[in-house]
This record gives sequence, C-alpha cells and structure tokens, in this order.
Amino acid sequence: MQLTYTAEQNNFRAEVRAWLKKNTPKKPLVSYDTREGFEQHREWECKLYDARLSMVIWPEHLGGRGCDLIEWLIFEEEYYAAGAPMRVNQNGQLLLGPTLMEFGTEEQKRRFLPRIASSEDMWAQGWSEPNAGSDMAAIRSRAVRDGDDFVINGQKTWSTRAIFADWIFGLFRSDPESKRHHGLSYLLVPLDTPGVTIRPIKALNGKEAFAEVFFDDVRVPAAENLVGEEGKGWQVAMATAGFERGLLLRSPARFQQTAKRLIELYKANPEVAERDPGLRDAVIEGWMGAQAYAQAAYHTVGLVNKGAKIGAEASINKVVWSELDLKLHETAMRILGARGELRGSAREAVDGGSWLEGFLFAQAGPIYAGTNEIQRNIVAERMLGLPRA
Amino acid sequence: MDFTFNEDQLAFREAISRFLAAELPPEVLRKNWETEDGCSRELHRKMVEQGLTGLSVPEAQGGLEMDDTAWVLLTPLLGYYAIADSVVDTAYTATGLLSALPEGDHRREELLTGIAGGDVGVAVAHQVNPLVVDMDLADVVLVEFEGEIHALNQEAVSYECNTSIDSSRRLGRISVQPAPESRLLENGRDIWAETLNRGAVGVAGQALGLAQRMLDMSVEYASQRQQFGKPVGSFQAVKHHLADVAEKIEFAKPVLYRAAHALANNERGSDLYSSHAKLACCEAAWLAARHGIQVYGAMGYTWEADLQIFMKRAWALDSYWGDRAFHKSRVAEAVLADDALIGPQHTFEE
Repeated sequence: MQLTYTAEQNNFRAEVRAWLKKNTPKKPLVSYDTREGFEQHREWECKLYDARLSMVIWPEHLGGRGCDLIEWLIFEEEYYAAGAPMRVNQNGQLLLGPTLMEFGTEEQKRRFLPRIASSEDMWAQGWSEPNAGSDMAAIRSRAVRDGDDFVINGQKTWSTRAIFADWIFGLFRSDPESKRHHGLSYLLVPLDTPGVTIRPIKALNGKEAFAEVFFDDVRVPAAENLVGEEGKGWQVAMATAGFERGLLLRSPARFQQTAKRLIELYKANPEVAERDPGLRDAVIEGWMGAQAYAQAAYHTVGLVNKGAKIGAEASINKVVWSELDLKLHETAMRILGARGELRGSAREAVDGGSWLEGFLFAQAGPIYAGTNEIQRNIVAERMLGLPRA
Repeated sequence: MDFTFNEDQLAFREAISRFLAAELPPEVLRKNWETEDGCSRELHRKMVEQGLTGLSVPEAQGGLEMDDTAWVLLTPLLGYYAIADSVVDTAYTATGLLSALPEGDHRREELLTGIAGGDVGVAVAHQVNPLVVDMDLADVVLVEFEGEIHALNQEAVSYECNTSIDSSRRLGRISVQPAPESRLLENGRDIWAETLNRGAVGVAGQALGLAQRMLDMSVEYASQRQQFGKPVGSFQAVKHHLADVAEKIEFAKPVLYRAAHALANNERGSDLYSSHAKLACCEAAWLAARHGIQVYGAMGYTWEADLQIFMKRAWALDSYWGDRAFHKSRVAEAVLADDALIGPQHTFEE
C-alpha cells in the first residue's frame, strides 16, 4: 500500500488543471438536452479532443494519451473540480468505444473510434424496447439478413438524446426462431438512414432528453455494421453494460464535487440548519458516502492493475453511486426549502437552479443502466451465490 | 499509488484465517463464548504461537514490528471468529501505545516483551470508554490521567464488574489513584490521541469481520431454509436484504484500509479517517445483524442460533472506543471546517 502520486502523475494533474482553468467556459453551457446546448457541448468535446483530453485512457493513435486508470481518476478529479461541462458523448465514448476495441473489426476501429474520440459522431443507444426494459432479453426488434445487408424493423425507446445524435448502436433479433438472449445481433445504424423515424420523449425536466426510434425496413450493410458475430450480440452487449455500470460512467469525482457543494450550501444556510438539526448528519453522511466511493475506486483500480476483473462488483457500484446521488440532492432540497422548486429561469433561483436540475436527474439514476432491483439480484446471485428464482 | 496489499500481507492473512477456521468451529466458539471469562486459555496459547500477540511489538522486544496496515487485514478475521476484546486491546492497541513511548524505559521493554511472549495481558482505560473491558483478564492496565500515561498492576486497581449482553465482555468501573511510581510518561496527550484512533480502527476491523460472518451465515441459512417449496434465498426481498449488506461491507473496506494507512504514517487526517472507518464498519455490522435476524426469521431470535453471538458483539462494539455521536462529531468538525481539504482533488493528497 503506497498512497502517494508519482512525479509524472503530479505533472499530469498540473497540466490538466492549468488547461481546464484556461479553457472551461466561464458561463455554463445551455443544457445538452436541447439542440443548441447539444451543439455547444459537441464543440466543447472537440476542444477537449484537440488537447488530447477527451479520452485520456485511449491510445495515442486514437487521439488519447494511453493513460492508466490512476491517471484517469486524476483527470476526472480535476475535471469535476473545475466545474467543466457535462460529457455529452458518453454513449459513444464509454459504451460503444470499449466494445469496438474488444469486438470490432480493424476496419470498424479505424472508421469509428477516432470520430468518437473527437465527437464528430454522436451516438445514441438502442437497448430498451416498450416490452424489453429490465427484461432486456425480451427484445423483439428484428434484423433479417438479406444478401449483404440486414433489414431492420421494430422499435427502440429511451434512447438518450437520439433526436440530436448521428448514429445508434443496439441489439436486434437476427434469428427469428431464437428465444431470449440467443440469436441477437449488435448493429450500428446511421440515424439518417431511410426508414428511421425518431420521436422525442420529454423527460422530467421538460426537455427532449430521450426518444423513441422506429425502424421501418431500415437497411444496413452487414460487413461494415455488425459488431461481433451474428447472433452473439448478447455477449457483446453485456460487455458494454458492464462498462456502463462499472467505474467509468460515473467517476467518484462527480459525487465528491457534489458533496463539497452541498457542504458549502449547508454552511451558507445556518438558519435552516438550526431549524432542522438532522441536516448536519445528512450532510456529513453525503461526504462520507462520496469519500468511500472514491476510495473504493482507487482500491478497485489497484486490483485491476494487478490483473483482477470487475464482475458483480460493477452492480454494487451502480447501486452505490445512484443512491448516493439521490441522497446528496435530497439533502440539498431540504436545505433550499421553499427555494428548491424554483426553475433555473426563475429570478430567485439559487445557483441557477442547478440543485433542482440535479435532483430531477438523480431520480433517473436508480432506473437507467439496469434498475437497482436488477443490480441487487445480480449481487445476490453472482456474488453471494443465492439461488435463482 | 497502490491502494492494495502485497502478497506477503495477503499470505499472512490467509495463514491466520486457516488457523482460526481450524481452531474455532462454531461449537467450540460457542463453548468459549459461554465460559465465565469469555475466552479459552488454550486458544490464547496457540494464538501466541502463531505470532499474533507479537505482531506489532518491536523486533528488539521479540516481535514482528508490523504496522497498522498489517493489522487491518487481521482484525476482520478476529471479528469473524468473535475473538474476545482482550486480544486486540493487548496486541494492537496497548502495544501501539507502549511502542510509541521513548525507547530505553525498562517498564516499556518489559511489558512489550511480555506481550510478545503471551505472558502479559493489558487493558486500556481511556476516558472515551466509560468502562474498562476485560480488567479481570489483564495483568496490567494502562490509565490516562490528565494527559499522563500510567501503568498499574491489575491488583492495584479496584473495579466493579458489569456484565454485557455480549458474554465475552466484562466491563469494569475502575477507581485508581495514579502515583508518580506508576507514571510512564508525563506528556502523553499525542500518544493517547493516537491510541484512541488505533482503538477505533481495531474495533472497526472487528465489526467488518462480524458483518462478513453474519452475511455468510445468512446466505447459508437462506439457501437451505425452504418455504413455499423453495429456498427463501430465492425470493427477491430476501436477496435484496443481503445484497445491501454486501454493499455496505464492500464500501466500508477501503475506508478502513485508508484509516490504517493514515495511522501507520502519522497523517494529519488520522482523526477523520479513523472516525469514518469506525462509523462505516459498525454501520455494516448493524445492518448485517438486522438483516441477518430477519432472514433467519424466528430462529434468529433464539439463544440456540449462533447468529446471536455475532449480533451481540456487533451491537456492543458499536460504542467501544467512541460511540457514534463521538465519531460523527469528529467527522463534522473536520469536513465543516473552513480550511477542510474536501472535494475531488483531495481524495489522497493532503
């Protein structure tokens, strides 16, 4: 156990800190759940890419820096401490990217990865269907082989920011005789292909944060757009789902920064603290939760560096960060009291309504990327060995 | 930056784990727990042979001179097998205190040699604990008196014994009159502050082990016990209770390790990290007890089921070496301070 950073790591931190200090927009960007904000965030991603900071853990030839996971944690710590914009292309960068690195052809890697790193291509995901939510193996959308192409028919839903995105990746039933998680294929589809219709869904915040995507005889070339083997899409997708639930999607720095802001909010409102003495406990519990998550991340990274694989632990992580985020924002709403309901556009809103926005988004945490009920089942069955239902 | 243990440390843990598993099957453990002094002399002798009592005693006094990061792998094992407090109090907490005294003091060296050889048991009387644990098993008691450190022979201290719901703990209300002859150090405030943290981290480690034991027992019980024609552990409500315990344990571990590292390296944040560890591990232990008894159903409420041994230790240890109010106040004081180093840039950097 050795808990100090090397000189190289400290230099990297200093470089990232200096760059962010100089380049982080002074005025917050418009929400990326709007067309205008989406493009602002894409521009920000391009700027990060030009500084080779968009995907620091990717190899240099893909526009990254070949950083190890400790350096990635350092990058994230600086990123969230600087209050830099939300990352708009996480679907591409954290879900599809690693999947292509593991399962993609050389041609697919060359074609897609650099454009993901630079956010020239923005990706939406196509897992859920109206009748395939937690039960993802109930997927019915079909991809039928016709010569060199797949012809896709069906419907996907809850595709985050799909109305603004360029591409979608998803799972489709390519063997009509198959059941459950067999006979599915992982396909990449340009969203401007004839036959694709995207209908936005307004999220809790009133913005078109996600969408339904309809496929009506949509034709994509198999050789270029199939990832992994035909009919083996489940295995490919599961690898991606693991990345999503695991460390990368929600780095601890994000919650450490929220916990820090919460402490500042608490200290700025002593009259509320006096009326509700339980708040002190909630605030320090929030700090302890975020700190524990950060230490767990360093511990996990240490084990991964020694060759361990992340298994069902990814499911515990997902439960922890999503419920921590809820607690932090609930506590903030308690402190804000009657000011909590004010939207960002309201004249008297506190912190530009950012606590309310975070509170609304936190409601989704225990639901997306596999509900927490499903995650707890995974922990109980795969980690503890309890019998399946 | 490497927040993991090395192979030697893990191998040592593995060896002690095998030793305790062989020596303490549930029926033996229960027999010891129900004896008058809550432990077995024979087991104690074997633990001495394994080198447990000399683990952090300086080499000059016949010990292995290992630090808190070695102990933090062992205290969960001692918790897992419900080993009585006198072992950790003597071999970890008191040894830490004595080792920190200036070298050359003959009483220091005599006591440390005795601890390593298994001949001396030490109780520690610190004001954070209103009652002193296992006075009756101790040969010597270390007493805090106005910041001074005193060592008194057990016979010189009168105490009244209180019984605990945890049958392995007997709690003494002591009355002592420290004298210049019993004084080991005049200004012992820093050492006492460090001893308090070490006591808390020692309890935290045991609580974590207790949590793991109760989780393992609950998983086993839920996998066997059938209702509605199926093991109760196949029901989602039961699964989720136990998944929540696993979560608490997994996320308390790194916090505990962090505290041990801070103690071993005399870090500025030691008070904060040890309080955080104590709270996180004891919370895991209490949840493991609550969900454990729920999963066991009526069996869990009996004297007959061994679960009670671990639950009762978990409940009792929650307030040992600082109750929740004490540790929460310390965390609050640290993180709400105007110069607190909080936020994502301060996970490790001081």
